[in-house]
Amino acid sequence: MDGTKLVHMANQIAAFFAAEPDRNVAIEGVATHLKRFWEPRMRREILAMVDSGQVKGMHELVLAALQGHRQNLQPAP
Amino acid sequence: MYSNKVLDHGTKAQESATQVTLQIDGSNVTVPAGTSLMRAAVDKGVKIPKLCATDSLDAFGSCRLCIVEVEGRRGFPASCTTPCENGMKVKTQSKKLAELRRGVMELYISDHPLDCLTCPANGNCELQDMAGVTGLREVRYGYDGENHLTGEKDTSNPYFTFDATKCIVCSRCVRACEEIQGTFALTVQGRGFDSKIAPGPTDFMSSECVSCGACVQACPTATLMEKSIYDQGQPDHAVVTTCAYCGVGCAFRAEMKGNEVVRMVPHKDGKANHGHSCVKGRFAFGYATHKDRLKTPMIRRKITDPWQEVSWEEAFAYAASEIQRIQKQYGRTSVGGITSSRCTNEETFLVQKLVRAAFGNNNVDTCARVCHSPTGYGLKQTLGESAGTQDFDSVDHTDCIIVIGANPTDGHPVFASRMKRRLRGRPGTEGAGLIVIDPRRIDLVRTPHVEAEFHLQLKPGANVAVLNALAHVIVTEGLAKEDYIAQRCDVGEYAKWRTFIALPKNSPEALENDTGVPAAQIRGAARLFASAPNGAIYYGLGVTEHSQGSTTVMAIANLAMVTGNIGRTGVGVNPLRGQNNVQGSCDMGSFPHELPGYRHVSDASTRALFQAAWGRPIDSEPGLRIPNMFDAAVDGSFKALYVQGEDIAQSDPDTQHVQKALEALECLIVQDIFLNETAKYAHVLLPGSSFLEKDGTFTNAERRISPVRKVMPPLAGLADWEVTVAFAAALGYQMPYSHPSEIMDEIARLTPTFTGVSYAKLDKLGSIQWPCNAGAPDGTPVMHENEFVRGKGRFFITEFLATEERTSRKFPLILTTGRILSQYNVGAQTRRTENKVWHDQDVLEIHPHDAELRGIKHGELVALHSRKGDTALRAVVTERMQPGVVYTTFHHPESGVNVVTTENSDWATNCPEYKVTAVQVTAHAKKSEWQKDYESFSSSQEGFLPGTATRGETN
Repeated sequence: MDGTKLVHMANQIAAFFAAEPDRNVAIEGVATHLKRFWEPRMRREILAMVDSGQVKGMHELVLAALQGHRQNLQPAP
Repeated sequence: MYSNKVLDHGTKAQESATQVTLQIDGSNVTVPAGTSLMRAAVDKGVKIPKLCATDSLDAFGSCRLCIVEVEGRRGFPASCTTPCENGMKVKTQSKKLAELRRGVMELYISDHPLDCLTCPANGNCELQDMAGVTGLREVRYGYDGENHLTGEKDTSNPYFTFDATKCIVCSRCVRACEEIQGTFALTVQGRGFDSKIAPGPTDFMSSECVSCGACVQACPTATLMEKSIYDQGQPDHAVVTTCAYCGVGCAFRAEMKGNEVVRMVPHKDGKANHGHSCVKGRFAFGYATHKDRLKTPMIRRKITDPWQEVSWEEAFAYAASEIQRIQKQYGRTSVGGITSSRCTNEETFLVQKLVRAAFGNNNVDTCARVCHSPTGYGLKQTLGESAGTQDFDSVDHTDCIIVIGANPTDGHPVFASRMKRRLRGRPGTEGAGLIVIDPRRIDLVRTPHVEAEFHLQLKPGANVAVLNALAHVIVTEGLAKEDYIAQRCDVGEYAKWRTFIALPKNSPEALENDTGVPAAQIRGAARLFASAPNGAIYYGLGVTEHSQGSTTVMAIANLAMVTGNIGRTGVGVNPLRGQNNVQGSCDMGSFPHELPGYRHVSDASTRALFQAAWGRPIDSEPGLRIPNMFDAAVDGSFKALYVQGEDIAQSDPDTQHVQKALEALECLIVQDIFLNETAKYAHVLLPGSSFLEKDGTFTNAERRISPVRKVMPPLAGLADWEVTVAFAAALGYQMPYSHPSEIMDEIARLTPTFTGVSYAKLDKLGSIQWPCNAGAPDGTPVMHENEFVRGKGRFFITEFLATEERTSRKFPLILTTGRILSQYNVGAQTRRTENKVWHDQDVLEIHPHDAELRGIKHGELVALHSRKGDTALRAVVTERMQPGVVYTTFHHPESGVNVVTTENSDWATNCPEYKVTAVQVTAHAKKSEWQKDYESFSSSQEGFLPGTATRGETN
């Protein structure tokens, strides 16, 4: 999957939840959305980007969601 | 006119808490107050002769045939215009009445051609019937006097004729055009003997007529008559079924001779359309027997190979072996399927079942992805259910209507007529207020006897800003329905939202630059909507097809909740669905994250239910959405796709990316009635069946499940549901249904909102609005009545974020796309009917200022460029557009409109942002490179078909 496109999509999700005044709620909103609507290969790809440090241009809420909810977001092998 | 087998009550039914009792021909009859004598008589089984009356129109009282005697009253009142009163004694037959009626008929017949035996209405003519009923035996005046028998026949409309020689000037057609359709295209010209019906100073085709057929329906003679009746004669039997075009879901009588449809007549008892129709449903059914229909399964190894005709068994075996090979080689999730909103509930249910149970993954999606997926998401989040809240009838009780991002007169014409009736009001009743929020001046803004109080002509992409500004005014001016909110909504979330929406940045003044709408207009509109006793919001794809589509749906729900406008008749949030079964295909579990009934695949108890019923494990992870499938195909991890009844190569955005994805597939299985654009990339072609060839159900925009009934055998031998069953069997998965009713029984067993639905109940009730279960055995016209489905309604903060698609010096205009009345979606059906006379190509609407700047003349071929690609279209210079915005449709594949649209999509659902593309338009164009390539590719693919052997009979 095109990593740039995935980051763009994730950033859009984060931009919606960024309006939430409570940052933790916003981070959880992003993580829950990714978990409920992204097919495993998409999540796997964007998590791999985080693992390899390709986080340039990634919304800080996306990064926080991927790092903070990693276990929940990591698809089964 | 209706078949004379259909009972005509003469005047409309009345609703009243008061009942009146009277005597008709010596028998007592009790009816609601306001009922006409004519209707009361019919209720009692007594037919009174009539010509100008019909039960779809207000009583008129002009023909003087329906006169009766009322004891104690002088004269002979017309029974159609005389209301029943307690104690009345009415005689419908007497020597004097017979004499008078015969006299009336004598006058009519003295000026009517006596060609009954060769008249197309022979056997189904009200004038003929009345001549018989009144016992007319002679015409004392002779036939040589001044008459109208030399009038010209107007055959300009492709579907019906107007034969002035047969006209009795009863004005039923004129009144139908006004009262039912609301177009006011017809008039009675002249006075007295010179009176004649005319579509203005021109012929029908050049007039304002929209060919809805209401006049044809109302005509009691052969004056306005379907050409198919001229050609084929009167039908001899009829089957009630549901239209396969837009999301209104009109009920029709398919009137037949043998297996041939002679005409489609809107069904009077249809609860979605109440006997009305549009040019598509009423007339454009000829595609079903068009010569291009695919009739034989075909396969090929590569898309550069000619097609090879095979048996159904060979086709299924090949398709199954390819799916199995690919899954073995690339993995379980390398394949998927797409269900169709043009197919029945039962068929979409089966395709998602096949993907989930036989493919073993959740890679199933539907065309709602590219239209109303944000509706599903946004309404589920805020209200708790992914559906509109009302029935269509609710609009009759609305005091103020917001139409946002919808063009109902083109996209949902039958409902638009209903809405216009409410907007016009009735004598003594004020019409509803109207606020239109749309970048274009759609017809509804100003149409006969309807004018929007406010047209908020916003910039494309500014929906959220406008909705936030409206809500800001309501909250800051103390117009919020705080009691309703306190009782019905999550007050904590409301408090958060209220703080947000009251911020100065959300005021109409602060957002004026973003919206392009003067702040005073937004303030006025907000006050109008908030102060209406009943306010309703209707919306379409101009809401959903944006990068903030889901946010906009949530903002609409916020606006409805803050004004207390959910949970009763006359209010609500009403998504106008594009295709006939968009609601149904979503209900049936077509989304990759949801099982039928909108239950997430991660829910273990729901999965357990389906696993037990289907005997296969259900994946707990969401599958790929359509745009994700394309990306994965290009990436190489998605290799096979089964597409039932959709044309993603034409309808989806960024065509060149879609083409690349389709070319990357190792196996594309397309099931369709035509060689559509997607099928040109296919390896397996499975002939589909039209809505006339199968049983099933469609669910319309008001959650109404309506029966689809087989009126002719499938041209290729199998109905679509049978194809999916056989394909699954070839994959080793048995779905042993003998009839679609058994599929619905399974849906009912597995889906809480459908537990009360069955074919038997549909036969009894005609149609059912879900939820239909123990709590609502006859269905649910209005949702969220006592509480929201999610419990408390939830406000969401909807920050306005401008789309990333910005104009620039290179691309200074915004392109927005949409639909037109005469064509439907990708046009595969309507392009193969006479509807093409209204729209034989997609055109580019451009404001005169923008045209002049570029030296563009009306009708000229112009080039349309975006960062994604180029195409060329003919320009229509019109002030419907605002400067800076251009518009086109996507009904013709060669237009290549989606070559220009981008990959941008809604943040929550990936619904494409069709409505905002930065473009440039230049004059003096030639066909684009893509168009030339398309012509060449398309021509070679059509050449790969095995000739006439695969084609049906010419229609």
